[in-house]
Amino acid sequence: MSPHGRQGRIAFRNARLIDPASGLDVKGGLLVENGKIADIGPRLFNDAEPRDREVIDCRGLVLAPGLIDCRVFTGEPGSEHRETLASASEAAAAGGVTTIVTMPNTNPVIDEPSLVDFIRRRAQATAKVRVAPMAALTRGLKGEVMTEIGLLKEAGAIAFTDGDRSIANARVMRRVLSYAATFDALAVGHAEDPELVEGAAITESEFATRLGLPAAPALAEAIMVERDIRLVELTGARYHFGQISTRAALEAITAAKARGLPITCGVAAHHLLLNELDVGAYYTYRKVKPPLRSEADRAAIVEGVASGAIDVIVSSHEPQGADTKRQTFASAAFGAVGLETLLPAALNLYHDGHASLPHMLAALTTAPARILGLNGGTLAKGAAADLVLIDPDHPFVLEEKMLHSRARNTAFEGRKFQGWAVMTFVDGERVFTRS
Amino acid sequence: MTSVANHPILKTNHLLGIESLSVAEAVALLDLGESYVAQSRASDKKAAVLKGRTLINLFFEASTRTQSSFELAAKRLGADVLNMSVKASSVSKGETLIDTASTLNAMRPDILVVRHPDSGAAELLSRKLDCSVINAGDGAHEHPTQALLDALTIRRRLGRIEGLMVAICGDILHSRVARSNIRLLAMLGARVRLIAPKTLLPAEAERFGVEIFTDMKQGLEGADIVMMLRLQLERMTGAFVPSSREYFRFYGLDREKLAFAKPGALVMHPGPMNRGVEISSDIADDLEVSVIAEQVEMGVAIRMAVLDALARGMT
Repeated sequence: MSPHGRQGRIAFRNARLIDPASGLDVKGGLLVENGKIADIGPRLFNDAEPRDREVIDCRGLVLAPGLIDCRVFTGEPGSEHRETLASASEAAAAGGVTTIVTMPNTNPVIDEPSLVDFIRRRAQATAKVRVAPMAALTRGLKGEVMTEIGLLKEAGAIAFTDGDRSIANARVMRRVLSYAATFDALAVGHAEDPELVEGAAITESEFATRLGLPAAPALAEAIMVERDIRLVELTGARYHFGQISTRAALEAITAAKARGLPITCGVAAHHLLLNELDVGAYYTYRKVKPPLRSEADRAAIVEGVASGAIDVIVSSHEPQGADTKRQTFASAAFGAVGLETLLPAALNLYHDGHASLPHMLAALTTAPARILGLNGGTLAKGAAADLVLIDPDHPFVLEEKMLHSRARNTAFEGRKFQGWAVMTFVDGERVFTRS
Repeated sequence: MTSVANHPILKTNHLLGIESLSVAEAVALLDLGESYVAQSRASDKKAAVLKGRTLINLFFEASTRTQSSFELAAKRLGADVLNMSVKASSVSKGETLIDTASTLNAMRPDILVVRHPDSGAAELLSRKLDCSVINAGDGAHEHPTQALLDALTIRRRLGRIEGLMVAICGDILHSRVARSNIRLLAMLGARVRLIAPKTLLPAEAERFGVEIFTDMKQGLEGADIVMMLRLQLERMTGAFVPSSREYFRFYGLDREKLAFAKPGALVMHPGPMNRGVEISSDIADDLEVSVIAEQVEMGVAIRMAVLDALARGMT
């Protein structure tokens, strides 16, 4: 296939066009030229059969902006045996994700302008989808010394985070946020009080007690959320909670938003679909950070997504290998892959009647684009043709062998889903077709 | 010698900060300083204003520049000068500041010049000593003679202060020079801007009647004077600023950023400079724009004026 289809032109016919950015939800067609959306509308291709271009009959399936996944851990550089930018991009394409936002928790840590440049170049050379790197907030993710946020931003870091680590020291956090605000840089925080969760594998509860596992109270999240909200108020920094998982955290963030603070938040797909009991018999693929929560917390954050109080849904894609997951539960590493189950998990909420399809897609496209300042997440004329064709109803049972990512540690093995990506396009180029 | 008559200038017998000066007092000090520039440039630099008087330089922080400036000013006015080295004194043996004060008091000096790392130290000594006290820098509070010498430098170069736009750039948070300058320049009718990363801006700085910028190019736009501050090395290692290279990239004065200021804008620095951190060498050494050497000269003149003014109040 040529880089941009036949003469770089693709005509999508008979699609249900959903553009959360404009509120569009209509049957129609979309024309791609030279990697960009050239035209879109309900009557496009009604009068004449499009010629001189590749024609894709969508048969009523959903054509939407490609997904933007704000929270993706890869193993490059340093742990390429788990995942490379290339293998993560395969998984992304198969999941309908056209932009992955990578976390700086690599070896070495992405805390130097030259390393941001390395990620961007590697992605350009090897990845099928767009890669937008985040850089560290503190050097070596140690929570002590701020990074060169100004130079990192110039090098192309789109936001700043210590990934799955909270900055314990409030004085450091205050100064880091102040400094980030100087450059209008987005800080992305992880909300777990590090001392409270030290050594814990699971949320403190009757279930954890029965399993006899080291556990931490769920309020470890709200404590950090409350602190960071106060520091945002003090410093004026733009702040995004990468993923929250409890009602208490959600309530605090909702109140902070109502006060007009520049705060947003995300939730990981596995926290929407699973609760603490899904750990079952010490199932290490469901050991995630923060840990799965009570059913009451799960239900609260589902409601948060439905109401729009939670802005984005992320995969929190975190590849782990047999070396780190074939362990006792307490010794196993945290994390689950998720790029290929992000869309099916979000569709699960739609099928369960929690929210409309456009609402769910907004949390995967428009909202992350807005928060991160990316150009994608829209079907507007002139926008890059980053597209996903979605069959929202196709039922399937997830099996690990279906996955494209190098690591297979999914938390959803054996789960019944309904709906997935059938084609994915980046810059008008087809990067995935479901066979 | 002086064009200003020998009448009293200051209402108090101390100079603890700009805050306690009136506009009239500040202007009188500048006028008097002006006359001492001429005297310092003459072959006979001596005057007898402080003949028989004793001045003690008490420096709890090392500062070759300020200490020698006061020493020279005092000697040109005929005073005897004693430089107290704090390291060699009993202060380092645990004596309290008040004990030091009473010891010094017993030596009957006429003027004490004090530099101390803690804010309020000069004020405390002024209450315990019978002599005049000059604050030569206390913590992050005030450094009045620096602000006066800066004002004198500006006034001599541009003929006025009123209506000028002065941009003060750098570590405002820890700077007594910035605090004294903000007060004095505002008093004299200048428009003051502060330029710094948010980590180096003090809380509620906007309440001082200044405009605040975190983008240096925006902040320099239309500035007549660019006043750079020193960034201490230990503040560039991650607590306030991530590195000196990042600091220079965004807050160091180079030709590109200076081009945003008014054509012919003057560059000032209280010294000592960190070349390549807050200021590029080619600007620091460019006598067309840099008045840094002139600031040192004005320093001696304005300190002579301050000493003279205090002596007028002595019996």
